[in-house]
Amino acid sequence: MSRRIIAYATLGFAAVVIAAAAYSREIRAQESPPVTHQVPAAKDGGVVVMLCDGKTSMEVKGLKAGQSMTHEQALQVTRELMAKWQREHPDQKWQIAQKDESSQPVPAPSAAAGPDVSKPSGTVPSPQTGAKSPALGMQQGDTYASFTDRDYKIWKNETEKFVAEGKRIFHDTKELGGTIGVSCDMCHPDASNTHPETYPKYQVQLQKVALLRDMIDWCIENPVKGKAFNPNDPKLRALEAYIYAQRKGTALDYGKH
Amino acid sequence: MAVRHKSVETKYMEDRDAVLKGLRQLDRRTFLKVLAASTGAVMAKGLMPPHSFQLVEVANAAVDKATSASGMAGKPPFTFAYISDTHLYERTLNQRFVRGAVKAVEDVNALDPQPDFVLFGGDLAQLGRRGELDLGKQILQELKAPVKLMVGEHDWFYDLGEAWQDMFGPPTYSFDWKGVHVVVLMSVYEKDFWTARKLSPAERMQIVAGLDNGIQSRFEVGDAQRKWLSDDLAKVPHTTPLLVFSHSPLYKYYRNWNFWTDDAEQVQAILKPYRHVTVIHGHTHQMLQNQIGNISFYGMLSTAWPWPYAPTGLPPLTIQMNRADPFDQFDGLGDGQFNVRPDGLADMIYNLWDRNPVTIKADYLTSRGKTARPPGPQFASY
Repeated sequence: MSRRIIAYATLGFAAVVIAAAAYSREIRAQESPPVTHQVPAAKDGGVVVMLCDGKTSMEVKGLKAGQSMTHEQALQVTRELMAKWQREHPDQKWQIAQKDESSQPVPAPSAAAGPDVSKPSGTVPSPQTGAKSPALGMQQGDTYASFTDRDYKIWKNETEKFVAEGKRIFHDTKELGGTIGVSCDMCHPDASNTHPETYPKYQVQLQKVALLRDMIDWCIENPVKGKAFNPNDPKLRALEAYIYAQRKGTALDYGKH
Repeated sequence: MAVRHKSVETKYMEDRDAVLKGLRQLDRRTFLKVLAASTGAVMAKGLMPPHSFQLVEVANAAVDKATSASGMAGKPPFTFAYISDTHLYERTLNQRFVRGAVKAVEDVNALDPQPDFVLFGGDLAQLGRRGELDLGKQILQELKAPVKLMVGEHDWFYDLGEAWQDMFGPPTYSFDWKGVHVVVLMSVYEKDFWTARKLSPAERMQIVAGLDNGIQSRFEVGDAQRKWLSDDLAKVPHTTPLLVFSHSPLYKYYRNWNFWTDDAEQVQAILKPYRHVTVIHGHTHQMLQNQIGNISFYGMLSTAWPWPYAPTGLPPLTIQMNRADPFDQFDGLGDGQFNVRPDGLADMIYNLWDRNPVTIKADYLTSRGKTARPPGPQFASY
């Protein structure tokens, strides 16, 4: 059972990395659609279930589209899917938590690496904590303990690129689709007075509960005199990233006026 | 300008002035009754009404009494109005900021009696183009009272002041007015950050126009102009009140946004021997006051957009304005006036559009907030 859970977690991590890469591609090619998995058609009238790798799939016979599996059925399907994945990836390196006595702790990322954007902190057991206290977390070879300096650098770099793209758009009336020369930074230097930590809140002027993006859109339609973004527009996402990044460390306080 | 539009606010002000004029015709007994009633109503609302003639008259009487022994008695009090930071683009691109500038001109023209002069606080243009400055000049020409201009960084860094100086003359000058010595400084010089980077004039201007753009240098008055200031003041006795106009605050508030003058301390040292010094500046687009030694500082409102208070460095004496409502173009903006007292100190009126006006008495700053504290904001910055 534990072997399976670890396998899921590892795959989950792979999916996160794929998603991160997709993010940056998305920014570069402004309009490219998000990555979706093509599930093969069912051959025996059942429902095809696919693993998060986007390749491994199997058909659940006797299950109709829209129907739910029983718990036992679902466990059986995941067991079979994982077994199939393992058969197809015989050279995949496995770390089995409870049984593997020989696994070595991965060196903790040094403080000099500097990335603090995506490192676990607070109550999440960090590699550093694990290194100091062998009774906790990392000597078990779990997911978080497996990350290296390089991982942290990649994540930090990707995140900072996303934020920098938001900063560029925030300061550029043309990128915002503005028609009267106004850009966000003119009223909000360093994204000040955007208070993203206060959303969602009832925005009395809009007569509804607003999210940060509702206010971004409002500003773009009114003072900037542009057109509101599609909710999935990479520019809107980048603007949100920049605005949130400026409030790092501020306590969330939704509903605050 | 060919077409004159009166805003709702302007019409309201004209109506109110007519009523107040009518009230002045009353005999003394009735006048006192009206005074008591209106003062009571005002107190009940918790407001300070700077435009209401009764309190201003009472205040002036008190000041006359207080200053008659100070040696400055006999110097007539006077008023001047201010408009600042209009940030005009070319007329074809942007009407929003034109509306603000025109509204301020209407406000000032509606003042009765008219101020002795109107101080324009700099940043007439947004990107320093001749067309923007031309538009600004046209709008300011509608003012009935004479205009005293100073220059802002948005007027300067496209052509390093060429167009502005063609139109308005040297940016540094002084004059005497009813016993007060007035100095106008060009406080937004920046050390050359453009030559080494091979920036075009338009790129240089765009960088300076970005408040949070760290590529630019910090503002400074500079050696040459500080020398000029010392020479100019050499013939002015230390008992003469000084009024100093500068675009940037002549102190250090927040470096990252150039709410800052790099050689502020050296300028303050030149002003230090004088008994009463008032520095009035633009650039910060917010209600802002400070007192350093003998110098009282007042920041003016913009007519284009308001700025939030900086995260650090706000002078503790500042009476903050409520944060602005983004859904109201004119909220957090405005114009105003200074009532210069016989002793040469000035009470400042922030005529905030779509809000109650706020008066900052000179005594509030000179007493370090011990007296005459105006009401603070209900909704401060986040």
